[in-house]
Amino acid sequence: MSFFDTSNLVLAHEIISRYPKPKSATIPLLHLAQEQHGWVSDDAMREIAELTGTTPAEVKGTGSFYEMFKFHPVGRYMVNVCTNLSCQILGGEELLAHAEETLGVKAGGTTADGMFTLEDVECIAACTEAPCLQVNYRYKLRVGTEDFDQMVHDIRDGRADDIPEHGTLALVRQAIPAGTGAGITAPENAREAPVWMARNDVPEGSDDKDGGA
Amino acid sequence: MPTHSYVPHAPGYVDNEGPKIVTSRFGYEDSFTLERYQATGGYQALRSALDKKPAEIHSEVREATLLGRGGAGFPAGIKWGFLPPGKFPYYLVVNGDESEPGTYKDRLLMERDPHQLIEGCLITCYALGLQQCFLYVRGEMALAQERIAQALNEAYAEGYIGKNILGTEFSVDIVLTWGAGAYIVGEETALIESLEGNRGMPRLKPPYFPAAVGLYGQPTIVNNVETLSNVPWVIENGARQYKTYGSEKSPGTRMFAVSGHVKRPGVYEVEHGVTSFRDLLYGDNFCQGIRDGHELKMFVPGGGSAPWFFEEQLDLPLEAGPVGAAGSMLGSGGIVVMDETTDAVKAALRLVRFYARESCGKCTPCREGTTWEERVLQRILDGEGRPSDIELLLDIADNISPGPYPVAADPAQELDAIPFPPKQTTICPLGPSSVAPIASTIRRFRHEYESKITKRDVIPVAAEKAMS
Amino acid sequence: MSPADEANTVNVTINGSEIAASPGELLIDACERAGAYIPRFCYHSRMKPVGMCRMCLVEVDTGRGAALQPSCMLPVSDGMTVETETDLTKKAQDGVLEFLLVNHPLDCPVCDKGGECPLQDQTVAFGPGESRFVEEKRHYEKPIAISDTVYLDRERCILCDRCTRFANDVAGDALIHFMDRGNNTQVNTFPDEPFASYFSGNTVQICPVGALTAKPYRFKARPWDLEETISTAWTDSVGSRITVQSSRNQVLRLLGVDADPVNWGWLSDKERFAFEALNSEERLGAPLVRNDQKELVATGWGDALDRAVAALQGTAPERIAMIGGARLTNESQYAWAKLAKGVLGTDNVDAQLGDGLPVEAVLGLPRATIDDACRPGGTIILMGPDPKEELGALYLRLRHAVLNDGATLIEITPRAGGLSGLASHSLHPRPGELPALTAALVAAVGGEAVDTAGVPAEAITAAAAAVAGPVTVVLGRASLAETGESIADAAVNLNALDDVSFLSALRRGNIHGALDAGLSPGLLPGRATLSAGSERVGEVWPGVPESAGLDTAGILAASAAGDIDVLVLLGADPINDFVDHAAAASGLEGAGTVIAIDLVRNDSIEMAADIVFAAAGPTESSGTFTNLEGRVSVCEQKVTPPGTARPDWMLATELAHRLGADLGLDSPESIRAELVSVSPVHGGLSEEALAAGRIDGVLVEGNGDIAAPAGTTAGVPSNDAYSLRLVSTRSMYDDGVALRHSHSSRGLARGLDVRLSPTEFDKLGVKPGTIVKVESSRGHLLAPAFADPSLPPGSAHVPWSASGSPASSLIDAGAPFTDVRVERS
Repeated sequence: MSFFDTSNLVLAHEIISRYPKPKSATIPLLHLAQEQHGWVSDDAMREIAELTGTTPAEVKGTGSFYEMFKFHPVGRYMVNVCTNLSCQILGGEELLAHAEETLGVKAGGTTADGMFTLEDVECIAACTEAPCLQVNYRYKLRVGTEDFDQMVHDIRDGRADDIPEHGTLALVRQAIPAGTGAGITAPENAREAPVWMARNDVPEGSDDKDGGA
Repeated sequence: MPTHSYVPHAPGYVDNEGPKIVTSRFGYEDSFTLERYQATGGYQALRSALDKKPAEIHSEVREATLLGRGGAGFPAGIKWGFLPPGKFPYYLVVNGDESEPGTYKDRLLMERDPHQLIEGCLITCYALGLQQCFLYVRGEMALAQERIAQALNEAYAEGYIGKNILGTEFSVDIVLTWGAGAYIVGEETALIESLEGNRGMPRLKPPYFPAAVGLYGQPTIVNNVETLSNVPWVIENGARQYKTYGSEKSPGTRMFAVSGHVKRPGVYEVEHGVTSFRDLLYGDNFCQGIRDGHELKMFVPGGGSAPWFFEEQLDLPLEAGPVGAAGSMLGSGGIVVMDETTDAVKAALRLVRFYARESCGKCTPCREGTTWEERVLQRILDGEGRPSDIELLLDIADNISPGPYPVAADPAQELDAIPFPPKQTTICPLGPSSVAPIASTIRRFRHEYESKITKRDVIPVAAEKAMS
Repeated sequence: MSPADEANTVNVTINGSEIAASPGELLIDACERAGAYIPRFCYHSRMKPVGMCRMCLVEVDTGRGAALQPSCMLPVSDGMTVETETDLTKKAQDGVLEFLLVNHPLDCPVCDKGGECPLQDQTVAFGPGESRFVEEKRHYEKPIAISDTVYLDRERCILCDRCTRFANDVAGDALIHFMDRGNNTQVNTFPDEPFASYFSGNTVQICPVGALTAKPYRFKARPWDLEETISTAWTDSVGSRITVQSSRNQVLRLLGVDADPVNWGWLSDKERFAFEALNSEERLGAPLVRNDQKELVATGWGDALDRAVAALQGTAPERIAMIGGARLTNESQYAWAKLAKGVLGTDNVDAQLGDGLPVEAVLGLPRATIDDACRPGGTIILMGPDPKEELGALYLRLRHAVLNDGATLIEITPRAGGLSGLASHSLHPRPGELPALTAALVAAVGGEAVDTAGVPAEAITAAAAAVAGPVTVVLGRASLAETGESIADAAVNLNALDDVSFLSALRRGNIHGALDAGLSPGLLPGRATLSAGSERVGEVWPGVPESAGLDTAGILAASAAGDIDVLVLLGADPINDFVDHAAAASGLEGAGTVIAIDLVRNDSIEMAADIVFAAAGPTESSGTFTNLEGRVSVCEQKVTPPGTARPDWMLATELAHRLGADLGLDSPESIRAELVSVSPVHGGLSEEALAAGRIDGVLVEGNGDIAAPAGTTAGVPSNDAYSLRLVSTRSMYDDGVALRHSHSSRGLARGLDVRLSPTEFDKLGVKPGTIVKVESSRGHLLAPAFADPSLPPGSAHVPWSASGSPASSLIDAGAPFTDVRVERS
């Protein structure tokens, strides 16, 4: 029984084909699984192991190292409030406390309706716009308590079209059209210098500055 | 209210009136599109590079003294020279895993000008014979991933990437890949591990540089997003022109993110080496000083891992050498300014907690030590500190980073600076970085610690339970 | 030291004394050699350094000032100055120790590791007196079973990465892994995927704390109550060196010993936990005889011996036969060879049970050691059983050679196995067609290939092109449904390759000792044929058989025909061991008197034995063992055998005595001395050499008088369109008698199934797992069917001796191959 649906399975193979070694696709495939399912299930990891020629233990070993992968169901919207230094000194912790009160869950918890999971996170690289947060990795900057309440309201009311559901990151994927790629370079199959480096061998002062191209 | 002069489509970025090398297109709302990029001279550097020998491109970058912008500040041209001849294939890995507390500029460069980065990658691959490029973006940066994916797709369609680029024999793929939330992956060998599908744990040194043994055991150049974003300009305008900006040892510009208690926090492109902290924090074109009614207490000069600076260090130039001698580092260009309302112990705890949470768990001193530091600090803040806790903290710190830890001078106590970098009992600097806030604050604000712990001199109840 | 060596050394100053080291040597090892032991937890000399624990930090100066460096990841360099005792070093090590103890529970009194725990020892030796850590420690659920044999206590774990590195890098079974991050990092398995590695016990042995414990040893003893001695593992022929540990006259634990030419300290779980069978309550403690009610009942030694002697005296030499002997020590094998061939005068003696190879193929070709096979830059041709299933420690060595030392592996096997992922070329010829394929391969080295034995020409050409450097053929019987003769023919073909030698992969315990002792038709001790050895041996023995006798198949056939009056089963169980169940059963039924010498009652004993002698097992008697290289190593007695069971050699001398002959053998040492006197190849096996080779053993080299097999070149008829050619291979845990008596491992036997090449599976038109009928001319069985893409077209695989209907019901020992029909049931 396949975990990935048909189109994602095609995508999974395409992703794997970009790396010299299939195991390199582990993290992108875990993201793909999370995009399809909202979180990463054991079945997903078993399938990723099969696709990448590893064991499920290796996939989980890798996946569990990274915070973004959730191995149990989470809310449709992941609300990540930054409390690191720049945000802390401008109200990040107060914002988190407000969020906990508003959503009725502690950081790490998921609301009963399955809409929100609240997290207390490390620096999200928007320090000048403190306090800040991300909802499904989309930024909300200089967030006051009223802004927060409005945001929650909008999401609950379905007025958050700009934020995809949890698991989806970029809305655009890289696609290398057939015939345009240079192809993967694996340690086993590229022991020679690439052809263009031969230009270096043209003696200094040669008229043929283009290396004969 | 702080003064805003933000570019609305690039929140955080402040357009000061200095030279612009990497942020020149930030003013355009559509700066991330191929159309705008080409209309503003984009991909011309690639074209001109392809007319030259690869070695000439390398020389130009070496000549420009383009310093790495990831934190260590190592010259890119020299790093590139570490590739062992003939041991093909070589790879390029772009470090877009920006996550140092207080730092952001790579995110803006990826979101606002992805083609500039891509062009930098292509030129670098051409110059060094790198045969595949992996552009690793921090997992939490969805928009950056999206903009880069879009840009890559456009560039492939136009023949800038892939097979026989612009009709030449130069062929290389750039693969967008992304992380999933782990600060340590910003360390270049951990990044390579992550890219290989592993836990992002730093590799043993030696070998010291991935240029010798990197991705899949092959020679690999790992460069930061900002570093590579400089490359097209350097090639287009030449090293000589590049060196007209900045100082002799630190030419060009650098991006700094200044956050915290300043009037106009923001990300600025600043002339390297010739601007001082005071200019940046107080200058009219920059942050315009501490917020009204308050005064500077301390500031983090180069990302969360940097020992803290104070009033006395404000006149130091933004240049690695003097900052290192003064006991800290420019690091990743993240400056966090704190005024007198900031609780030094609380602020230190927040950074220590960061390192405890982000420790990869590989080296014992970091895995156990950072968490222990956090718990002692938390105990002190919770009013359950013991008089011996300050010495305990310093000794835990000493077991992670042995010997005198880099700190700024403190004229009031007639204490000299201890120069950067710290020593370490660990593989990478993450564990030792946790000591920066502890060493900085205990030296300067020991009384703040003492005032929190002299109240109690008993073993807390929870701890007693644990011991029984 | 030769001038070349001298040029190739560096000088390092360790605590003020200069020592010479070879470039690349790790500082931690150089310091240990220099007498400055550096404490460590994560470093293990047989695995890649990982530098995690940071315990081995020492002060190193390479000219740029002294700094703390982890000595486990720093190769020595010339002029390096190292201080392992300075205050800075001590402070760093104390610090690491304190950090490790921050979360380590203080449950030493109830921890199996207590008393032999590096963490405990270091703490006592170097550590701080009391902890400054007053907070709560990390908590996890107390020991969780991560496999049938291994328990994991994550609270005790210090995250040294030894077990996980072993599982991933050494064994290739990445079933345990670090999970989560930082202070929450833990070792764990994936849900519902246990650490089912054949090598899991090694992780327990190398765990530097009590985090990993093995079920057979948990809470059995305290280290200070254990006595130990060195010995050799007996469940396969690798000859892994072990420490046998016992308490109160019971073996409680086996540990691997790091013998550089052999097992590097590793053991398969089968080797490691095999001692449990010796402690079984089913062990025979007294002789048995069959009474009038046809029941086996205990009796005294005098009675049993008298009955045996009466049977042996009442017949002619050619009507006596003996099967087995691979379980015995070299000394017992020699004593039994002398009894059977020298006293009783029969040559119907065979230690191989019809599942081995012609002796010429084992002893008569240029022989290789394990180190030879693993040479960097060499080529390994695996033409034998899956080492992962049958010769565990050899598998680990071969795996290391291919992964780390640049050896090239070419497989010529009936189907994919444990090393297939590492093979540069895998050729799976049709059953019975190895000679044709090897001939084609040899011809393709520098020549052209054609499609052969179901293998495409391109695959043969590519494999031939990969042959480089010295070649080692790992030679054995992969499929029990194929004859040893065809493998010998194939070996003769490969012997034409340049610089080729052969490493025997005969699997059964001390089978190579048995062959060296002459327990094979036509052989005498010392790798000698009857004709070549009779003069030497005849000087010491009462007599020597004149002509070659029967092998196991021949003995069973003769016995079935009523031509065998006394059949001796010397640690043999033909009903379960012989490839052809029907032949084994009729042979046992047809025998006159069946005398068995064994540790426990087995199916053959139950069915046919008239007299059963209780034998001492491994760890219960002293002697030596000969491994697949011909390496002789000691096995020392550690405990006494149950009841009145006695060493096999002693029984032989007693029987001889009662038969009126004096074997002149009164101790293992005296037997060795006689072996050396009659066997030129054993000339180097002095007591001094054995003492010097206490760890590494003594290699007995040479072919003696055995010539290479002649090669028959007989063609193989193809199977008809309706039948499939049978392949039957072993797995590590089959349903053998030893496993049945191992408390911890008996659940591990693999189930029965039939696997078909995908084409054949598709033809069958059933879903995977559907029960089908497999039928040969000998019998049939029912088993679930699956596809196996590695099987050549026209073949079917049934595992050997799996639980349920055994493959031996299908195999015809008299035929060069067995064809089966697979049908929907």
